[in-house]
Amino acid sequence: MYPLLQLLIPLGLLVLGWSVGSLLEARHYRRIGQREAQHHHVPVTNERKLWNPEFVVAESRLVRGQVVISVDYFKRFLAALRALFGGEVHSYSSLLDRGRREALLRMREQFPQADIFINLRFETSTISSGQGRAIGTVEVLAYGTGVRYAESIRPPAVPDIPA
Amino acid sequence: MITTNIETVPGRTVLEHYGIVQGSTIRAKHIGRDLAAGLKNLVGGELRGYTELLQEARDEAFERMLEQARELGANAVVNVRFATSSVTSGASEILCYGTAVLVE
Repeated sequence: MYPLLQLLIPLGLLVLGWSVGSLLEARHYRRIGQREAQHHHVPVTNERKLWNPEFVVAESRLVRGQVVISVDYFKRFLAALRALFGGEVHSYSSLLDRGRREALLRMREQFPQADIFINLRFETSTISSGQGRAIGTVEVLAYGTGVRYAESIRPPAVPDIPA
Repeated sequence: MITTNIETVPGRTVLEHYGIVQGSTIRAKHIGRDLAAGLKNLVGGELRGYTELLQEARDEAFERMLEQARELGANAVVNVRFATSSVTSGASEILCYGTAVLVE
């Protein structure tokens, strides 16, 4: 009975991680898509200069957004398998993609009146469970300078990025 | 207090530089949050407890930096940067630094 249980528990966790994990991920992506659509008319750049230096600036301030996000048990298992053979770890790319987009959105939501965000920076750090073990959890920080122009002239809209 | 992460404050002229100001804090996570995060780790997704923890830490570091700038008589901090490093297992240092300036 005991060896069977030993096999069943990780198997159950794998199924749970895969099913609930992919459901949650799909839901998160849907929410990210909706929020990005609300914000896509405000350009974000990592250039340090304003695109329209002739516009009068009314307000500028530092904005930041951050998120701690983790992968599910199933993807962690896939990544562990991948570590045996080497190569690209696809199961983690969605984790970092979600983290970056979420952090960026939170940054933009801090300054909804902004006409442009300049000098965007990303910073990513791993969270360990102690004993120096990484647990497939990352923290993403996005920060930049939001600028609002005096007359709310919006610079030409940037093309739509498909979700 | 105006803060930016570029060399200037857009639309304003920098009158005086006061040099570097910084703030930092070292935080450890507590066991309750660790347990909740451990469970959330099974299905993946955002670990809200940790997000809040790091957000508070960053607010604290930022506030300490602004405090230094105020003491110098500055009214803006430009070129603000954030850095994170893990000091020991389970604790991390959040550093925030920038240049204190006086703008018109």
